[in-house]
Formats: sequence, C-alpha cells, structure tokens
Amino acid sequence: MARIIVVTSGKGGVGKTTTSASISTGLAKRGHKTVVIDFDVGLRNLDLIMNCERRVVYDFVNVIQGEASLNQALIRDKRVDTLYILPASQTREKEALTREGVERVINELSETFDYIVCDSPAGIEHGALMALYHADEAIVVTNPEVSSVRDSDRILGILQSKSRRAEMGLDPVKEHLLLTRYNPDRVSKGEMLSVGDVEEILAIPLLGVIPESQVVLNASNQGLPVILEEGSDAGQAYEDAVARLLGEEREHRFMTAQKKGFFTRMFKGG
Amino acid sequence: MSFLDYFRSKKNASASVAKERLQIIVAHERGQREQPDYLPQLQQELLEVIRKYVQISDDMVQVEVDRNERCSVLELNVTLPEK
Repeated sequence: MARIIVVTSGKGGVGKTTTSASISTGLAKRGHKTVVIDFDVGLRNLDLIMNCERRVVYDFVNVIQGEASLNQALIRDKRVDTLYILPASQTREKEALTREGVERVINELSETFDYIVCDSPAGIEHGALMALYHADEAIVVTNPEVSSVRDSDRILGILQSKSRRAEMGLDPVKEHLLLTRYNPDRVSKGEMLSVGDVEEILAIPLLGVIPESQVVLNASNQGLPVILEEGSDAGQAYEDAVARLLGEEREHRFMTAQKKGFFTRMFKGG
Repeated sequence: MSFLDYFRSKKNASASVAKERLQIIVAHERGQREQPDYLPQLQQELLEVIRKYVQISDDMVQVEVDRNERCSVLELNVTLPEK
C-alpha cells in the first residue's frame, strides 16, 4: 500500500508544483519508489519543472479513459531512477477526471509504488477536490501573507469534510504546514508574518520552512527540482522537510535573519 | 533602513495587523464552516414568517447551531424594532 500525499494550498502561485517536484524527488532519492501526478488538467506544468515536457506522450486522462496503459503514460525521471511522473492532460476538460477513474489509477499505482504525490491545481474546484480526495496526508503550502493563509485554512476545512477519509469516517488526513517564500529579514522588521504567527493561526504541525531564494527560479528555469541544488538554502530546507515527512527529527533552519555588520546596515539599508 | 532611518524608531509593523485580521476572519469562517448547509435557507424562511407580523430587516435574525458533545442547540436571536 502506498502512502498518498496531496500537495495543496487553495491559493495559486505559492509553490505547489515546486514543492511536489522537490518532495517527490527527495522521497525517490532515498530509495522509495515514488510517482508524482499532475492534477492540473489544462494547465500542466509539473512536466516543465521536472524537465520531461518533451517526453510526454500519454497523460493521466488518457489512462482514465482507457486510451493508454499506466506504463505507457508514466515517465521515468532521468536523474532519480525510482521516480516517475504522470503528466496532466493539456487539452481535455477538467471534468475528465472522474472520481471512479482517478480511484482506479490510484489503486493500480498503489500496488507498485511506496509514495504517490498528488500535485493539486489552485482553487477549490473539481481538480483540486480530486487531488485531495484519496490523500492520507496533506502538505499545505502557504506563503506568509494574508490571502494565502486564509485560503490554506479553507483548504484545511475541505480536507476535514470532503476527503475520502472524512467521508468514510476513517482517521483524518494528516496535515502538514509547509511555509514557502519565507523572508526572515522582513519578519525581523515586522513586515512579514512569522512562522509562529502562521502556526498559531492555522494550528497544524510544521513540516518545514522554505526561504525565499533566487535558487528556486534558477532551478525551475532549467527544469531541475530545487532539492537537487544540494548546496542551496532552499534545497536543504526541502531535504529537511522530506526527512521530517519520513519521521526523522530535524531542527528548523533558515528561519532567522542574517546578521549584518554595522557598516552594511548604515550604508546599504536593511 | 537608510542612514537617517537608523536613528528613528521602527516603522509600524504591518505583520501584527495581518495577524490580527487573519485571526478574526479565520475564526469567523471556521464558525460558519461547521454550520449545517440548510441554515441560510432556514434563516430566510424564519425572516419571512416574522415579517408577517413585525417589520424587521435582514440582519435582525441570527441563527446559529452550537454543537456540544452530546447534543446540538439551534440558537435563534430575533431583534425586534423599538416602538
């Protein structure tokens, strides 16, 4: 039986796909057979972030509709050989993701994979509901900013009422907070919500804090999951998050502002 | 912070405003989330019944469900206009 993890947020642009790519790569790198599924029908992007956009032949909807087998649609990652990508369809209607169809594919994947990571589209419509429905665990990606925090709380409510686990009265979906685009400098100036603030409002356990970093854009430009930028702060923060997901205890890093010298403060600002 | 700012007091911190606003809206939305789906319609129909006898505005009827461990209480608050 695979562990099914949804990466969700409600709000768009907070880093769901970046996170899905890095978390799934991290899990696979540790030897777990992992598949990451793009649920964003019509706005497929996970393939670009993972540098396999030119290898897409069949997609998730093709498999649901019986036009291709899973093995034909799954793309094996070129860097980590226990990692597979199931791309979203770029042309179909999002309603093509039927509940029965998604369930069939997830069940089939469950037989051979250790982890199934579901990259949710933004919003709370059909595609997002399908992505979270089967989840055992949820990574709620949140930026330290009012609209993102509010939307995260909304998605938590949906996880607690509309997921399969909620509908069937099973143990609830295990929730994890992943705070992304965190800027400790601005937090120390009182310009940005702190980790503690967001934890207090959302009241779910913290999986990790990813610092705002230029490395993220650089990595996505090249189709490289940022976790593979092993020397970078964001890469290491994702590495830590994966370790915690697997039950390891790791201290949180990259949460305090860099101390600047007297002269830097005087003449460069900050 | 520039050279002059360094000697001034800290700017008003907007993060604390954000936190306060979020705490209020999130608490409010969580309260509504736990309410049964039929509540808005119930409220509307109650309003219509009461209006047969007294003229009141929309916001003068408040309906809420309080859930305890063993039972739920439907709380109905109707404010009547002063004579």
